[in-house]
Amino acid sequence: MSVPTPARSRSVARTSALRIGLLFPTLLGTYGDGGNALVLLKRLSWRGIDAEILEVEAGTAVPDSLDLYVIGGGEDGPQVEAARELGTQGPVHRAVEAGAVVFAVCAGMQIIGTSFAGKDGTPVGGAGLLDCATVKTDEPRAVGELVVSPDPAWGLSRLTGFENHGGRTRLGPDARPLGHVDAGVGNGDGSEGVLGLGRGSGKVLGTYLHGPALARNPQLADLLISWVLGVDLSDLAPIDDTEEEQLRAQRFAAVDRGNLDGVATRSWKDRLFGRN
Amino acid sequence: MSSDAPTPTSAPTTGSTGHLGLRSKAAIVAGRGVAGASKLANLGSGSVIGGRVSLALDADLLGSLVAGRDVVLISGTNGKTTTTHLLVAALERHGPVVSNSLGANMPAGIVAALADADPAARAILEVDERWVDTVLRQTGASTTVLLLNLSRDQLDRSHEVRRIADDWRATLGELPTQQVVANADDPLIVWAAGSASTVIWVGTAAHWTNDANGCPACGGRIAFTDVAADGTSTWRCTSCEFAKPEPEWWLEVEPGPSADADTHLLVRADGTRRRLDLALPGRVNAANAAMVLAAADAVGADLDRASRALATVTDVAGRYRTASVGGAQLRMLLAKNPAGWQEAIAMLAPAPQPVVASINARIADGRDPSWLWDVPFEHLRGRFVVALGERRHDLAVRLRYAEVDHAVGESLEAAVRLAATHAETSAVDLIANYTAFQDYRIEVDR
Repeated sequence: MSVPTPARSRSVARTSALRIGLLFPTLLGTYGDGGNALVLLKRLSWRGIDAEILEVEAGTAVPDSLDLYVIGGGEDGPQVEAARELGTQGPVHRAVEAGAVVFAVCAGMQIIGTSFAGKDGTPVGGAGLLDCATVKTDEPRAVGELVVSPDPAWGLSRLTGFENHGGRTRLGPDARPLGHVDAGVGNGDGSEGVLGLGRGSGKVLGTYLHGPALARNPQLADLLISWVLGVDLSDLAPIDDTEEEQLRAQRFAAVDRGNLDGVATRSWKDRLFGRN
Repeated sequence: MSSDAPTPTSAPTTGSTGHLGLRSKAAIVAGRGVAGASKLANLGSGSVIGGRVSLALDADLLGSLVAGRDVVLISGTNGKTTTTHLLVAALERHGPVVSNSLGANMPAGIVAALADADPAARAILEVDERWVDTVLRQTGASTTVLLLNLSRDQLDRSHEVRRIADDWRATLGELPTQQVVANADDPLIVWAAGSASTVIWVGTAAHWTNDANGCPACGGRIAFTDVAADGTSTWRCTSCEFAKPEPEWWLEVEPGPSADADTHLLVRADGTRRRLDLALPGRVNAANAAMVLAAADAVGADLDRASRALATVTDVAGRYRTASVGGAQLRMLLAKNPAGWQEAIAMLAPAPQPVVASINARIADGRDPSWLWDVPFEHLRGRFVVALGERRHDLAVRLRYAEVDHAVGESLEAAVRLAATHAETSAVDLIANYTAFQDYRIEVDR
C-alpha cells in the first residue's frame, strides 16, 4: 500500500513551518511515544502543511514559541525529573497562554496535573497545566486494552489504545474528561482523559491511551491539528486511513471478544508446560 | 520468558546421578518418568514438566545438581541464548560442559538440563532475568555471572526493568560470586553489577541507549557521548558521580565498505588486540562474543582456542538459519524488542532485498506492541516489506508512517512469495518477534 497523495487543506494560511515539540524524549519515551509526534507531522505534511518536530531534551531550554507540545509516558524516576524540568511557570505555560496546544499521555498527563504520585507514592507537585490530581491507590495496576467513547462534542468515533499505569486521576472544576471508558480503567472513575478549560487560549489534552495513541486514532490526531490551525475538524482535507481502520476494527473486535491478546487464551496444556 | 522446546544439547544422554542423595535421585527419576510420558503423549519434549516434577519433590535439587561444578550464569534482556551457545563453543574444548542451551531458562528447565549431565561438567546456564537470585542462591560462590544488557522487553511490564537492575544489585551485594563479567556500556548493568566484589567490565560499543536515560543511582539524566570512529563511547550521569567504569576489555569496530563487512577487534587494557571472526552476523554478536571471551579468560580458558571456536557457531536455536519457503531462500532473524529490532535491521542484506516482518503480541511477547514506534523502520525504505503476524495491522500502520513500501500478508508462505515476486528475487529476510519466530521455526521444518 502506498503513501497517500498530499492534498491541500483549504483553510490554512501559514507563512512558517508548524513546530511540534517532543518534550524530554529520553525521559518520557517508554511506550513509543515519539510516534505521536511523527503521526502529527505526517498528517500535516500529507495535507501539504509544512511542519517540523523539535526534540527537546531534559536539561536544555524549552522554547515557548512552539505550536504543539507532545509529552510521553515514562517510569516513576524520570517522571519526577520531567516535572521538575517543566516547572510551574515555565515556557510551556507561556506557550499555552499564547494559544499553543499540549497533548500528554499517561505519565505525561499525570505530571502536568496539579499533583501526582512519586516513587514511593508520596504526592509530588505537577506543572499545573491541567486541573487534575493523580494518586496511587491499593487497586492493581491498570494494564490492558482501553476503549473510550469520547464526549460527543468532539465528533470523534470510539478511541482505542493500551493503558499501563498505577495511578488514578481525579478531575478538578477546571477540567473535563475526554470521554467515558467502555473497556479498561482510564482515570479510574469511569471517565477517561483530561481536557483543560482554565488556562489562556490554548488547549491542553491528557489521556491514558498511551504510546502511539494517535496512530490508532487518526481522528484524534486531526482534532489536535484542527486546534492548532484554528479550524473545524471537518475543514481538514480527508486522508485515506484504510490501514488505520483495519487496525481499529481488529482491536475493537478483540476487546469485544474479550480476547485481548489477539490469540486464544492459554490452554491448560500451555499453563502446565509453562508455554505462553 | 523463553520456555520452549527445552532439550539439553551438550548433556550426555546416559544418567549419572551417583553423586546425588537419595531424595534427589528419586526426584530426578520421577521427573524423567513424567518427561517421558509427556513426550509419548506428544506434548512437547517434556523436559520442563519433568524438571517441575523433580523440583516439586526436592526443592534443593538445583543446588545438589551443581554442587562441585564450575558454573557460569548468563542473563540479560537480549542475546542470552546466542551468548550461551558461544560460551559453550568456547569452553567445550577445555572439558565437558552442560548447558540449557535451547533457552529453557527458568529453574525447571535448568534442572532438566543438569539432571543427566556428567557430574564433572562445567554448567553454562542461561537464566531468565527474574530468576537470577533464585539460581545464584543454589549455584553458590564458585559461580561466574555474565550480565549482558537490560532493556524493555515485554512492554506491558516495562516498569520492571529498573526493578530487575535493583534486584540484581541487591543479590550481587549479598551473595559471594567468583566474578561478574558485565557490560560497561549499559548503565543499568553497571548499576546492577556494581555491588559485586569482583567485576570484569567489558565495553561493548552498545548502540541502544534509549532505555537507560534515567540514572539508576539518583534519577538524574545520563548523558551518552557520541560514538567514536572506533565504535567506542562513554556515558555519565549529569547529576551524580555514576559513570561508565574503566573496562578491562572493549570492542572496537573498523568500518568496512558495508555494515556486514566491518572488522571487530577485542582490545584488552594491556594493549593486546584480537580480531573476532564470527559466522553470526551483526555488531551485537560481536558484542556477545566480546563478553564470551572475557568470561572464557576469567575462568581460565585459552583465548586462542576459545576465539577460534566462536567461528563454528552458525545457527542458534534456528536463528540466523536459512530455510526454503515458497520457492525462496528465507533467512530467519529473531528480534524481541526495540533494541533487538534495531540490531536485526542492521543485519539485513542490503536493499532492495525484501523483508517479511512479523509481530505477535501474546503474553510472552508482551501484549502491548507500542514499541513498534521505537523501532527505526524508516531504515527499511528502499525495500518492499510484507507485514505478518497477529499484529500485522499495527505494523502496517507503523510502516505507513515510516513511508516504507509495504503490504499485509496472511501466511508465511504467501508473504514470502509476495515479497520475492515483488522484488524479483529468490532471497528474502525474515524478522519475527518471539512467538511468531517459534511458530515459523516449526513451520519451515515441516
